[in-house]
Amino acid sequence: MQNHPVYTDNDPQSELSTLNLGPTHPATHGVFQNVLQLDGERIVSGVSTIGYIHRAFEKIAEHRPFYQITPLTDRLNYCSSPINNMGWHMTVEKLLNIQTPKRVDYLRVIVMELARIADHIVCNGVLGVDTGAFTGFLYMMEQREAIYEIYEEVCGSRLTTNIGRIGGFERNFNSRAFDKLRAFLKSFPKTLKEFEGLFNRNRIFVDRTRDVAAVTAETALSYSWTGPLLRAAGVDYDVRAMNPYSSYEDFEFEVPVGDNGDVYSRFLVRNEEMWQSLRIIEQALVKLDKEPGDIFHADVPEFYLPPKEEVYNNMEALIYHFKIVMGEIPTPTTEVYHSVEGTNGELGFYLVNDGGRSPYRLHFRRPSFINYQMYAPMSRGMLLSDAIINMSSLNVIAGELDA
Amino acid sequence: MAAIPNEDIVKAIGDKFADAVTVIGEPYGLLTVESGREQIIDLLTFLKTDPSFKFTFLTDITGIHYPEQEKQIGVIYHLHSLTTNTRIRIKVFLADGDVHIPTATVLWEGANWMERETYDFFGVIFDGHPDLRRILNVDDMTAFPMRKEFPLEDPNRVDKKDFYFGR
Amino acid sequence: MSDIQLVDAPAGVEGAGFFATSLDKVIGIARSNSLWPLPFATSCCGIEFMATMASHYDLSRFGAERLSFSPRQADLLMVMGTIAKKMAPVLRQVYLQMAEPRWVMAVGACASSGGIFDTYSVLQGIDEVIPVDVYVPGCPPRPEAIIDGFMNIQELVKTESLRRRNEPKYQELLAKYGIQ
Ligand code: SF4
Repeated sequence: MQNHPVYTDNDPQSELSTLNLGPTHPATHGVFQNVLQLDGERIVSGVSTIGYIHRAFEKIAEHRPFYQITPLTDRLNYCSSPINNMGWHMTVEKLLNIQTPKRVDYLRVIVMELARIADHIVCNGVLGVDTGAFTGFLYMMEQREAIYEIYEEVCGSRLTTNIGRIGGFERNFNSRAFDKLRAFLKSFPKTLKEFEGLFNRNRIFVDRTRDVAAVTAETALSYSWTGPLLRAAGVDYDVRAMNPYSSYEDFEFEVPVGDNGDVYSRFLVRNEEMWQSLRIIEQALVKLDKEPGDIFHADVPEFYLPPKEEVYNNMEALIYHFKIVMGEIPTPTTEVYHSVEGTNGELGFYLVNDGGRSPYRLHFRRPSFINYQMYAPMSRGMLLSDAIINMSSLNVIAGELDA
Repeated sequence: MAAIPNEDIVKAIGDKFADAVTVIGEPYGLLTVESGREQIIDLLTFLKTDPSFKFTFLTDITGIHYPEQEKQIGVIYHLHSLTTNTRIRIKVFLADGDVHIPTATVLWEGANWMERETYDFFGVIFDGHPDLRRILNVDDMTAFPMRKEFPLEDPNRVDKKDFYFGR
Repeated sequence: MSDIQLVDAPAGVEGAGFFATSLDKVIGIARSNSLWPLPFATSCCGIEFMATMASHYDLSRFGAERLSFSPRQADLLMVMGTIAKKMAPVLRQVYLQMAEPRWVMAVGACASSGGIFDTYSVLQGIDEVIPVDVYVPGCPPRPEAIIDGFMNIQELVKTESLRRRNEPKYQELLAKYGIQ
């Protein structure tokens, strides 16, 4: 692949054509623009343009109180909003030194792992679609609906979940949520097995993906890659294992790694992560049985927004509600960096606080943004059709990319 | 490998850079140091290559704006040593009107877009950067939106008059 | 027997061996049940559209399974997601490339009004650059809501006069957006 002669633009011999891929090209699943120089079907060079849905999250965050930033985090990586929500809550909890009860941690773990599965379903399903196999996608989407129904029981919405509060959850999980969760744990392994059966040893799929866009560990690290992409290149960096948050240290799970960082190993890593997520959820359910069933938030009335009914009927709750909403509770003047393992990698929150009700500065370390910058350089010398597959296996989410 | 105690890092930096690098504190256990822009590349190189630290992973580069300070614009680096699981935060403050700093792309390829983003938001000019253009905002924008004086809402809006809201 | 439902015939005059109705109605029915949508999905709402298209909600039940990614062949522009100012010219370009008759659906709060992003970088509603037929509220709208919006479009298509696009009122509307 690399032996192909590379023409430059001012080469008189060159017969390069320019292809403007995006920003609304269907194969790019979102608004990514790449201007490619093509020699036949081979990409000679490319330039990425991003920012087509830049929404100024960081600027908005400077004008919103802490609890109103949760809806913004939803819209970062909207395929797995709960992870962003909880990551943000944990950042604030770290800032305020709030200890959450174990039950809250376990419930959070369940929701976060469901979100990871939902995101990987989309990514791997769409990778299948891009290689020409629609069936797997439809099988898997059915299961994603099941996950969305669990979210609905927990928080009332499907995609932009806004799940939880600073300090815990806004309400306890109801029994239907657990029923649906158990049903999901029963049916999903079958679907996932079937899905793997369709792809893992499928000759067409393997030929299309094996050794495509292979990345060495050094390159991946130098581009600050994290998440399944880095793990597919053979580096077992997982925030959950290295800096456990939300009691991940209580769980047993493996961090799957791939061998050469190509599209195929990314696919396998993501599939394996779904299995591990299932394992974690099952352990969490067992652990939950040993915890008192009525705790769903930390006992921090100064920061935990009280439920609405109590605000109307209970003097104390009303006072705290007022104080929180009006921002009358002092917060420490300091800075904090907290990161969680998002579905695309290390999702970091860098919060500089000046003691007010809203952050002085909030910066999101967005894995999609950082992962995507390698796309144009790594496309050099690739076939156009391989570059498309590469794009979908990078799983770049436009909301997270452009912030 | 166990995490490196912050004191060791402070000592090694002190030995090498004397007063050029000052320690600000360790909020939540994350060592934070401040450096001048003259030393920043040396400092980053030292942290990256020193065999006992190996801060080989660049987590993030971002900026911050303090309008009241004499040196208004800050550039903040987060490094991570994956072998020892230690993090460090480095800050460099720059005076407005002279927001130049050498680029970190010589050390990490990944610094490219992070620096472009910082340029786009704060107007920090990274000297030697291969391709310092706006990245998220439209190319013909002249202001730097994350600076504090820049308004959040579009000032040219016509549909948001106060009287619609009873103000 | 499967329980596939066919569209009811339009009102008309029926007799032995013939059926007379107006051309408008027949074409309206045909068009409304074979819309080719162009999904202009930029962000979160696009993911709900994905759910609308996929196995569970299945938009193809309404004759719209043929997504047209080329604006030239599309009838319905479904704008789903935030449109930043950087994206606005692209959106307008896509609209201009569509052939008449064309309908536009703004799905979600962002496309309708800018949504929660009242910022310097986000277009406050796509109706600042192109005319819109149906707005679907929600952030994101549930797939049911998207389907409902789609059925509203179908209703429009069905009842629209074939000559509407030549009417002065319509031309005026387009002229307001600077479209000839
Ligand atoms: S309306 Fe809400 S869900 Fe839809 S694109 Fe806007 S923010 Fe995302």
